[in-house]
Amino acid sequence: MPWTKNKAEVNEPDYYFESSENVRRLSYSEAIREALDQALGMDQRVFIMGQGVDDPSGMFGTTLNLHKKYGSQRVFDTPLAENALTGITTGAAMGGMRPVYFHNRPDFLFLAMDQLVNHASKWFYMFGGAVNVPIVLWACIGRGWGSAAQHSQALQGLFMHIPGLKLIMPSTCYDSKGLMLAAIADNNPVLIIEHRLNFRNKGCVPEEPYRVPIGKGIIRKKGKDITFVAISHMVTEAYSAAEELSREGIEAEIIDLRTLRPLDEEIILNSVSKTGRLLIADCGWKTGGITAEISAMVAEKGFELLKAPIRRVACPDVPTPSGFTLEEGFYVGSNDILNTAREIFQIRA
Amino acid sequence: MDLKKYPHKLLVKLYFDMLRIRKVQLHIESLYHLDEMKTPIHLSIGQEAIAVGVCANLRQNDYISSSHRSHGHYLAKGGDLKALIAELYCRETGCSRGRGGSMHLVDTSVGHMGSSSIVGGGIPIGTGLGLAIQMKAEDRISVVFFGDGAAEEGVLYESINFAILKKLPVVFVYENNNFAVCSRVSARQAGEIIFHKTPNDAMPSQTVNGNSVMEVYEATQQAVTRARQKAGPSFIECKTYRIRGHAGAGSDEKLGYRTAEEICEWEAKCPVRTFSGLLLRNGVLNETEIQVMQETIDCEIDEAFRFAQSSPLPKPEDVTKYLFCD
Repeated sequence: MPWTKNKAEVNEPDYYFESSENVRRLSYSEAIREALDQALGMDQRVFIMGQGVDDPSGMFGTTLNLHKKYGSQRVFDTPLAENALTGITTGAAMGGMRPVYFHNRPDFLFLAMDQLVNHASKWFYMFGGAVNVPIVLWACIGRGWGSAAQHSQALQGLFMHIPGLKLIMPSTCYDSKGLMLAAIADNNPVLIIEHRLNFRNKGCVPEEPYRVPIGKGIIRKKGKDITFVAISHMVTEAYSAAEELSREGIEAEIIDLRTLRPLDEEIILNSVSKTGRLLIADCGWKTGGITAEISAMVAEKGFELLKAPIRRVACPDVPTPSGFTLEEGFYVGSNDILNTAREIFQIRA
Repeated sequence: MDLKKYPHKLLVKLYFDMLRIRKVQLHIESLYHLDEMKTPIHLSIGQEAIAVGVCANLRQNDYISSSHRSHGHYLAKGGDLKALIAELYCRETGCSRGRGGSMHLVDTSVGHMGSSSIVGGGIPIGTGLGLAIQMKAEDRISVVFFGDGAAEEGVLYESINFAILKKLPVVFVYENNNFAVCSRVSARQAGEIIFHKTPNDAMPSQTVNGNSVMEVYEATQQAVTRARQKAGPSFIECKTYRIRGHAGAGSDEKLGYRTAEEICEWEAKCPVRTFSGLLLRNGVLNETEIQVMQETIDCEIDEAFRFAQSSPLPKPEDVTKYLFCD
């Protein structure tokens, strides 16, 4: 199965560096692994657990051989008991630890909803600030090769609904490292949702430990005509679409949100105040999802800034099909973003 | 029962703590109709021996986790009475600053890290506290209180499996009070709970009369010793009976799911009264000493209620406070 292998072969756009010649490149999984390695090395409270974190594939390479370096007390395999294990990370965090709990697919987080939503996310508020829960949960959205309805769900819309839970979706190697370190340092429950397609990428990653601020988006490309708001691998898709649009004389500004909760409303509204047009791209479902939330926020707080109706690019409201022809019908990408943008400008392809 | 082997001080403390928890609950109940405590109460009248018998074995820094029916656990562990009553009155001075209510009590200064009202929810959290103790090589243990409803949740199996696997310093206290709301345990469980027999006796288990504070105390002593020796978890089933209804004040016999006779039978087994009888017969306490205790507790309760009633309420504009920890 090709998708079980980590082939980092694509260079992501060099968003961060004027010149990337002298900057080290790591694969996406190496960047995450380096963050975990540094966190384990710097802070005795940090430990890593999850099904298969010490197996030969090391959770897509992100935890590879860390158990050999730090011992099986601090990097360990777990029973298949997502709900209790989430509660156990919560309790361990209350007891002074900094757990990082890995799931290979967000679909399995449904088994942990009680502990994640009813407990970890509410504990600080429910007890008037008496006890905080510094845990990091990590899961990677699957896609392709027949992953189908239960191994490829993009559930960010659902998790964005939960007060008390921080939600991160990185798109670059640089951010995957910096946001992991920020999540581990954060005093609250943080869920990191990765996307399988990001793991094809290589990018510039400084060696020293650094944190990317949680709750701050970033402009990946400046533009004056339309704002693209995207997350995770949809940022790359938006970038391809923007390059094509640029050839047609339209300059799109691309915002990579990086964090969905807390949402960086300011960066979105500032951009829309400049462009007057908004397209939101998500790799999850449309109804009740993040595109709906961001649309509503802009309609409420920035309606007078808009020159055209807000448009959304998101997956259709059906479970993910398995066959590759149907996958083609299900997934959205740069072409959908491009065509939707053209519609906004009433350009015929 | 031979009480001579126990220190006088311990016996007095066990009785005092049970009496105090009973009197606090009766006082809450007597004022509940005034609708000033705007929070759903779940009384543990008749179950005081379990909280007290267990917690008498614990140190201040040991952890406990518990459920919606948790006033007794909180007080037995040493939780602040004023902060409990203020929480019931939804005050800023409450243990959860008026954000939690009766079902969400906390006092970190005595190892009570918060109670959950999702049945079974506290079980993995208490287990995780055990994991933190082990990883930090601390000299303390974690006790998990849960009821017969929680015993049916999958999370109990998941947590016990992990506790055995990692030999965690956790004591699981199964408080079987016969009822989940109006549903009898016999309607919900096929027989004895499976955790009395774990493979290779990986987790010692006992069943005790949960209305006998001495039985609970002794069983817990063994389990706590095992946990302190880092030998792994233990399981204790305490059989008891919920005298009051599921929630609210007063008897619920009018609902018709159980008879007044049945409630009377169990009231005759009252853990507080049977223990005072035992102490009086054995000359550990006399009537005058009990009277003094009653008065001491009454004073403390009056003071706690005055404190709560005169404390400030949280301001509506503070509704978003405490969402995230800086």
